[in-house]
Amino acid sequence: MSDESKSYKVLPIGGLIPKAGSSHDYNTGTWRSSRPVHNKDNCINCLFCWIYCPDSSVIVEDEKFSHFDYDHCKGCGICQFECPTKVKAITMESEDKYR
Amino acid sequence: MANLKELSHKPEHLAGGHRLCAGCGAPIVVRQVLMAADDPVVISNATGCLEVGTSIYPFTSWRVPWIHSAFENSAATISGVEAMYQSLRAQGKIPADKKIKFIAFGGDGGTYDIGLQSLSGALERGHDFVYICYDNGAYMNTGIQRSSSTPLGANTTTTPVGKVKQGKEQQRKDLAVIAAAHDIPYVAQASPAYWKDLIRKVKKALETPGACFLNITAPCHRGWRSKPEETVMLAKLAVTTCYWPLYEIENRKVKINFKPKEKIELTKWLERQGRFKHLFKPENAHIIEKLQKHVDDDWDRLQRMEKLDTIKL
Repeated sequence: MSDESKSYKVLPIGGLIPKAGSSHDYNTGTWRSSRPVHNKDNCINCLFCWIYCPDSSVIVEDEKFSHFDYDHCKGCGICQFECPTKVKAITMESEDKYR
Repeated sequence: MANLKELSHKPEHLAGGHRLCAGCGAPIVVRQVLMAADDPVVISNATGCLEVGTSIYPFTSWRVPWIHSAFENSAATISGVEAMYQSLRAQGKIPADKKIKFIAFGGDGGTYDIGLQSLSGALERGHDFVYICYDNGAYMNTGIQRSSSTPLGANTTTTPVGKVKQGKEQQRKDLAVIAAAHDIPYVAQASPAYWKDLIRKVKKALETPGACFLNITAPCHRGWRSKPEETVMLAKLAVTTCYWPLYEIENRKVKINFKPKEKIELTKWLERQGRFKHLFKPENAHIIEKLQKHVDDDWDRLQRMEKLDTIKL
């Protein structure tokens, strides 16, 4: 995960990071104190959760909500707050339940 | 104009795992901006939360070419990259039909204050690029110091509230108008809560030859002392209260893109933010009045400008 053990001789010059989007390998999901949980029955696939997610953690497949990326979701709750259905399709649950 | 279902087919250019706060407004802005680009893009980034949070060594969140050099020169850096592209194309080293777009990102500190001279220079030279200021209204990265974008009365670490002072004593600088005064082809203000408007504006700016400037509000719950989940809601309230009107100036013609049916009182936006808590004491009512009047005056001015066939700022 970290390049700390590598010598300067093998690191790219000038602090370049050659692998695009490498932060994907870094797990910010550990920051979460509560997690969004999706209820398919109430979801209208409006994709508001997806467009407003700061952490690119709402995964959409075939124009429909697929799943949350819990490796990177920080649990901010924007998706739950912005979910427009009368009975919300997203609820926030304490992370304790999942430990 | 694409709807969300169509947009969902676009590649995700900003990877998760960046170290911006949970509920940060900046990456929401960036994701929407990058969705607007159809051609390859090159990004330059001023120092700030966005730069620091997305590029902690040995990681990067960017899936597009990205360069950071310093705080004050995001616009100068992208100018150089764009000039090199024009030169290589003229020399035939890049095929003439290969289109590349150039975007500079800066926060309000790196744009309104520290990067203003390099921004002004790049706008005046007319490089073919889009400057995007994600405006969270203070130096959030270094611990909420006031910037020239901070609203009147806001409590920041350099305008603290105490016995003598009641937060920042100046109004926000109107940067969009300053950019428009450079007589560039396209200037706009946008909000990530209105994603359709934002993406349309970025598309338009990218398609417009020459320098374009976009000012986009990006709520910061650490600095605004608001709830993380209310970030997008606050970006919406900023618009419906007319604190952050959605408008564009295209070739000297002003167009307001969203006129709220009912203008919401500014206090509805202020009361969700702890940085304005002290303004609700009876003795500070005059500060709220002053803020409201400033917003009302600006809104009136904007509507008057819209009626004109052409404006020269």
